[in-house]
Amino acid sequence: MTEDQGAEGDYERGHGDLRIGHGDHSISSDHSAEITRLDETHYPVPDPGHPEHLPRLADVDPGAANRATRQVATFFGLVPLFAIAFGVVYFAVPGDSYFHFGPLRANARNLGLGVSFGLGLLCIGLGAVQWARTLMDDHEMVDYRHGAASAGEDKEYLITELQKTADEAQLTRRKVIGRSLLGALATIFLPMLIGLADLGPWPTKKKRAATIEATIWKEGIRLVHDVTYKPIKAADLEIGQLVNAEPENLKDLEGTAFLQAKAKAAIIIVRMNPNTIKIPDSRKDWQVGGILCYSKICTHVGCPISLWEQQTHHLLCPCHQSTFDLGDSGVVVFGPAARALPQLPITTDADGYLVARSGFTVPTGPSYFERDSRRDFKRGDN
Amino acid sequence: MRFLASRRRHPAAKWLLLLFALFVLGGAYNAFAPAEQVSADTGNSQQVAQGRALFAVGCASCHGLNGEGQTTSTIQGPPLIGVGAAAVDFQVSSGRMPMSKPEAQAPVKPNRYTDDEIAALAAFVASLGPGPAIPAAADYDPASVKEEDIARGGELFRTNCSACHNFEGAGGALPGGKYAPSLIGVSNKRLYEAMLTGPQQMPVFSDEVMRPEDKRAVIAYLNDLHSRPIDGGLALGGLGPVSEGLWAWIIGIGGLVLFAMWITARGAKAK
Repeated sequence: MTEDQGAEGDYERGHGDLRIGHGDHSISSDHSAEITRLDETHYPVPDPGHPEHLPRLADVDPGAANRATRQVATFFGLVPLFAIAFGVVYFAVPGDSYFHFGPLRANARNLGLGVSFGLGLLCIGLGAVQWARTLMDDHEMVDYRHGAASAGEDKEYLITELQKTADEAQLTRRKVIGRSLLGALATIFLPMLIGLADLGPWPTKKKRAATIEATIWKEGIRLVHDVTYKPIKAADLEIGQLVNAEPENLKDLEGTAFLQAKAKAAIIIVRMNPNTIKIPDSRKDWQVGGILCYSKICTHVGCPISLWEQQTHHLLCPCHQSTFDLGDSGVVVFGPAARALPQLPITTDADGYLVARSGFTVPTGPSYFERDSRRDFKRGDN
Repeated sequence: MRFLASRRRHPAAKWLLLLFALFVLGGAYNAFAPAEQVSADTGNSQQVAQGRALFAVGCASCHGLNGEGQTTSTIQGPPLIGVGAAAVDFQVSSGRMPMSKPEAQAPVKPNRYTDDEIAALAAFVASLGPGPAIPAAADYDPASVKEEDIARGGELFRTNCSACHNFEGAGGALPGGKYAPSLIGVSNKRLYEAMLTGPQQMPVFSDEVMRPEDKRAVIAYLNDLHSRPIDGGLALGGLGPVSEGLWAWIIGIGGLVLFAMWITARGAKAK
C-alpha cells in the first residue's frame, strides 16, 4: 500500500528518527521506541535523515517556470522535425553514398536514419527529464511497506476454506482418491526422464576411450599441412619453423565427423635446435632431428593454439594465457592449464615425409571430470 | 703447303707452333669462359669486404665479428650463420637492426643505411652460410594472384598468422613485453621476407612448406583486406574485444552514468 505520508506531514525531517514504517498496521509508541533503539546499537553513525526541503527556482519564480516550460516544449517540439528528417533521409539520400569524417566511414543513408531517429528519441527523454526536474511537484515522501507474512486471520481463513473444499470433494472421507491421484501425478511425469537419454551415451570408460579420448591418428599416418593438405618432408623444415598440421586421413571425412575429428587431431609441428631443448630419454625416438609434434588443443579449456615464440620455445594460449614449453615436452610454465600438452610420436617414412609412430599416448583436449591424468608428462619425468 | 712442309724443321718452327697454340687456347678461353661471372665475382668479393667492414662497426658488438653470435655474455645476439641475405634485408631496411639497446624486441625505427650498404651487409652475411636470398619482385608481387587464391590466402592467414597478428593483421601482444607488429602498411617485400626468415620470435614458414604461391596468396589477401573500405563506421583499429570493450565501458556506460547523474542531481534552488 502506498501512502503519501510526507504530504500529510506525518513524519519529521532531519531529526535522525525516521521510523521504519509498517504500512497501515498502526505502530504503538513502544514498538517505535524499540526500533529506534535497534538503530542506535546497529548503526554507529546516526541517520541524518533527508536534507531540508528547499523550493526550486521554478517553484517561486514564475519567469523561471515559464522558461522551463519553453525548454520542455522545445525538446518535444523538435521530435516531429527529426521524424520528418527521417522520412526525408529515407527517400532523398541514395543508398550507395558514403559519409567520410576522419576514421569514420559510414553509409550516408544508414547514418542519417540512425542520427535522426536517435536524436528524436533523445529529445523525448531530455524533455521528460527536464519536465520532472523543474516543474513536476518535488516533495519527498515515504512509501511504507508491509511485512511479507500474511496476517493471522488471513491464514486461518485460507486454511478453513481449504479444509471446507476438501470435505466437499469427499477427500477426507475417501482418502484413497487423494492418494491414488498423487500416485498418478507422480508416475505420469516419470517417463519424461527417459528423454534425458537423448543427451548422449552414458560416458563409461569404454565409451570415453572410443570417443573423446580417441583421435584418428595411428601408426603411419602422414602429417599434412592444415590448409593445403600437402605432406611435410622432414628435410623441408628449418629450425624455428612452425607448421599447423592435420592427419592425412582427415580429408576422407566430411561434415560433423570431419569437424569432430579435426577438433581433436589438430597438431602443430615445430623444429628447434636439438642442442637447445630438453628431450627426455623416454621420448628420444618421438622426434626427428629436433622436429617435435604436439597437440594444438590447449589442455585447459580446449582453445586451438599456435602462438609460438621460436626463440623461447614457448607456446601461448591466447584465451587464458596458459604457456607451454615445447622445448621441454610441452610442460606448463604459466597459466591455468594443469596438464602438459600431449606430444605425438613421429618419425619419417621411406620417402622422407613425417608420419606418426602411433596415436597420442594420452587423450588430447581440455580437462573433464573422469579424465585420468596419471600418464601425462610432468616436469622432471624422463 | 709445300712452303710449310719444307720449313717444318726450321729452328723457329717449334716456337712459332707453341705461340700459335697459346693464341688458340687463349682465344678459345676468352670465347667460352663465363666472363660476366668473373667480373661479378670480383664485384661480389668487394661487396662482401665492404659488408664485413660495415658489420664490424654496426653489428659485431652483439653478433660477433664473424656473425657467430653471443649467447653467454651480458650483450647477447643470435648467430647469423645461415640466416641468409633476406633476413639482413628485412631487419636492416626496416630499421630493426642494429638495435639501439638490448630490449625484449627490436622496434621498427628509421633506417640509417643506404640500399648499397644493406646489399653489402646482406652479401657478407650470406657468405657466412647458405640461407634464403633476398626475394625478387616476381616472388612477392601479388598482381597475378587470382580471386580464389586470395580467399585461400585468407584461410592460410587465419590458420598460420592470425594467432599473433590478429584477424585483421593489426598486431597483438606477446608475453614479456614482446609483440607481434601490425601488418597494416607493411610492404609486400617485407611481408614475404618475414615469412621466409622468421624474424625474432616469429616462426619460419619455409618455401617448401608454405610455397611461394601460398605466400603470395597471403600477401594478396592482406593487400585486399587493408584496401577494403570499412562500411561499419568506426573500426576502432580492428582490435576486437579490447577496443570495443573500452568504447562500450567508457563512452557507452560512462555516458549513461552522466545522464543518470543529471537526472538525479539537485537543480538550482530558490535560496
